[in-house]
Amino acid sequence: MTVSSRSTESREPVPLSAGRSEAGLDGRAAEAARANPRGTATAERRAGGGGAAATLSELQEPARARWDALKRGDQPIIWVGMATCGLAAGAAEALKAAEAELEAHGIAAHTIPVGCVGMCSLEPMLDVEKPGGARICYGEVTPEKAREIVRSYLVEGDPRADLALGTVGDVEVAGIPRLSELPMIAPQKRVVTGTFGLINPTDIDHYLAHGGYQALQRALEMDPEAVLAEVERSGLRGRGGGGFPTGRKWRSCREAHGEPKYVICNGDEGDPGAFMDRSIMEGDPHAVIEGMVIGAYAIGAHQGYIYVRNEYPLAVERLRKALADARECGLLGENILGTGFSFDMQINRGGGAFVCGESTALMASLEGMVGEPRAKYIHTVEVGLHGKPTTLNNVETWANVPVIIERGADWFASIGTEGSKGTKVFSLVGKVRNTGLVEVPMGMTLREIVFEIGGGIPGDKRFKAVQTGGPSGGCIPEEHLDTPVDFDQLWEVGSMMGSGGLIVMDEDTCMVNLARYFTGFLRDESCGKCVPCREGLAQMQRILTRICDGEGREGDVELLLHLCDVLDDAALCALGNTASNPVRSTIRWFRADYDEHIRERHCPARECRGLFRYEILAETCNGCGACRRACPEDAISGERRQAHTLDQTKCVHCGACLEACRFDSVVKV
Amino acid sequence: MTIESALPDYRATAEEVVERYRRNSGFLIPMLQDLQKEFGYIPRPAMEAVAQLLDIPLSQCYSVATFYSSLALVPRGKHLLTLCLGTVCYLKGGKEIAQRIEQELRVKPGETTEDRLFTYQPVNCLGACALAPVMMVDDTYYERVSVHQVDSIFAKYRE
Repeated sequence: MTVSSRSTESREPVPLSAGRSEAGLDGRAAEAARANPRGTATAERRAGGGGAAATLSELQEPARARWDALKRGDQPIIWVGMATCGLAAGAAEALKAAEAELEAHGIAAHTIPVGCVGMCSLEPMLDVEKPGGARICYGEVTPEKAREIVRSYLVEGDPRADLALGTVGDVEVAGIPRLSELPMIAPQKRVVTGTFGLINPTDIDHYLAHGGYQALQRALEMDPEAVLAEVERSGLRGRGGGGFPTGRKWRSCREAHGEPKYVICNGDEGDPGAFMDRSIMEGDPHAVIEGMVIGAYAIGAHQGYIYVRNEYPLAVERLRKALADARECGLLGENILGTGFSFDMQINRGGGAFVCGESTALMASLEGMVGEPRAKYIHTVEVGLHGKPTTLNNVETWANVPVIIERGADWFASIGTEGSKGTKVFSLVGKVRNTGLVEVPMGMTLREIVFEIGGGIPGDKRFKAVQTGGPSGGCIPEEHLDTPVDFDQLWEVGSMMGSGGLIVMDEDTCMVNLARYFTGFLRDESCGKCVPCREGLAQMQRILTRICDGEGREGDVELLLHLCDVLDDAALCALGNTASNPVRSTIRWFRADYDEHIRERHCPARECRGLFRYEILAETCNGCGACRRACPEDAISGERRQAHTLDQTKCVHCGACLEACRFDSVVKV
Repeated sequence: MTIESALPDYRATAEEVVERYRRNSGFLIPMLQDLQKEFGYIPRPAMEAVAQLLDIPLSQCYSVATFYSSLALVPRGKHLLTLCLGTVCYLKGGKEIAQRIEQELRVKPGETTEDRLFTYQPVNCLGACALAPVMMVDDTYYERVSVHQVDSIFAKYRE
């Protein structure tokens, strides 16, 4: 038993410390929370209800009471970011240190694992909340720092403004900004990610206490047709990439002939550089479940599937726990909330194939087959899983549904642009200062996201491009940075919204090499069913490799463009149809880079090995000899304390000298 | 002791796994995942048993097992070394780390070292891009890995 279970264990709303006495201090709150088989106070209440379905208020009341008791109790609370990012950065170790320090001072505290706040580059993040006092968030918390924070703030009363990132909640502290007012957070609009970092994703009571499942109750009181109309009116479009109107998809499925009908959540987030769906599944799994139950009700489905990527074990565990809790509370399964509506779902783990993010391939995979797409002459809303009408939406799309029902279509449609409503969650990564998960209203420009929220490019480097839409998207150059985040406008500049990866690149990134990377990725992931994709990508990859190796020929760019056309026209599925985007967009915006590789055998970003030289600057070289010793080919010579020289005929461009030099005297030209 | 009795009972495990999913061949992928969890890979006799129990051609099992990158038909090493080669990790030095791993362990992607200590599997994205480049050994994440760190990480598991 660990500290984290203290909070989840107490049966009675007050006092919260009831289950605490035997708590050990072996840390790893996430593990404990995942493993915690015990139901919540809410579930027990329901179980004691003699079999009759609990109403939502019967579930909410004890949940709220537990939450209030936690917040108003006399014990400090340690909140720790326990999503994959946090755990990878060392959240468990930081927590362990904090717990040891608490014990050393004899302080009883609650420890609560939370989802991703989105400031991934500052993980591990740990918040300390004093009873009746401020909740302060600290970043990059090493075990030593964790001990120091606990000691300073909880024992000595010093909130350590020097280490703090910001305060969370109403109580403010002089000298510490509010977290929500930080430059990275302030321009954001958090709708889907609103409770991330504030609630324990493994505790259904936390979700219920924050208005969870209220939308479901409201939806079940409405006619399915009215629910559908509300979603249609909201203007919600699919967040998985295509941007198809969700309401229209639902209606086609509802009106399609055939029973049973299925709903599927696509959690096969395969785009490299994208982790929005992972964060949602890990940070607020109940929102996804609630959205799916509402969708199923509107469509008339009774069985659902969540297809989660194999690389996301934590998301699977969190969803599994959430499903079990929801079932226990009567929010899933037979006779949901006593309304007579029944719906259940299961989790399927992907096998590790990018193509399974494509709807028909995903359904084939769910049927136990090889994940090969089929031509969509007949849409999956009519003939989908097991040949039945099926609605497949992305994780973020489902998570938007409860918000729409709860706050209304008009409210939702008031956010965003003419054609794209609501917000969009992005993973902002690459060569940018503040990397992390961000949620912005549609219509915000890419420049605002990269330079205001992202804080611009680190070092003295220049911005070169931002890549959106994953391997199916494109690169957007600086002159189009004022393009707003909008499905249609991103198409116009040769990219796409995609699922939401925003990868920032600086001047050191070679666009030809990047196109080669994506083409190689797609070649490896092509299922091999149709010829244009299987063979075309392999040829494109060969040509791009040739160019990067300095063996490009005149006409190669035209040949690439021709192959792009073939792929667009003849490939079977969306993966193949969009596979040309990285090549096409880099040629469109960075043609000069291609030409320089081909004609001058030079890589302007100095990334392609052999297409640039290393040189030693005589003015700054102090003759320390580090580069001479590092060179595997003895290409560098020079006397001690004399400027060294590099023999270009011997150089193999390994870069060892550049790495060895501590005086910036080795440069790439 | 005969050789047969020393071998794992593939058939019994296959039966148990197939029953777990009520003999529904739609669950072939989870079944194979379970078998892999049990044995570390999918042994041919176990796959044959599954095909027989589900009354589907062995070729269907085989096609599924070879299609999905997480399923392995050969025994794996003691530790699974996963290297992220998503865009961000690639941009931030993942490809150099990949070279170093291949050099140091003398393996190609998907292969197992001679001493059976590591199986090397590059993946497309682990979804921890903010901490790039990322590497995993079994369930332990290593964030912001540099080429120099690679050797010392291996050393930990060699002890």
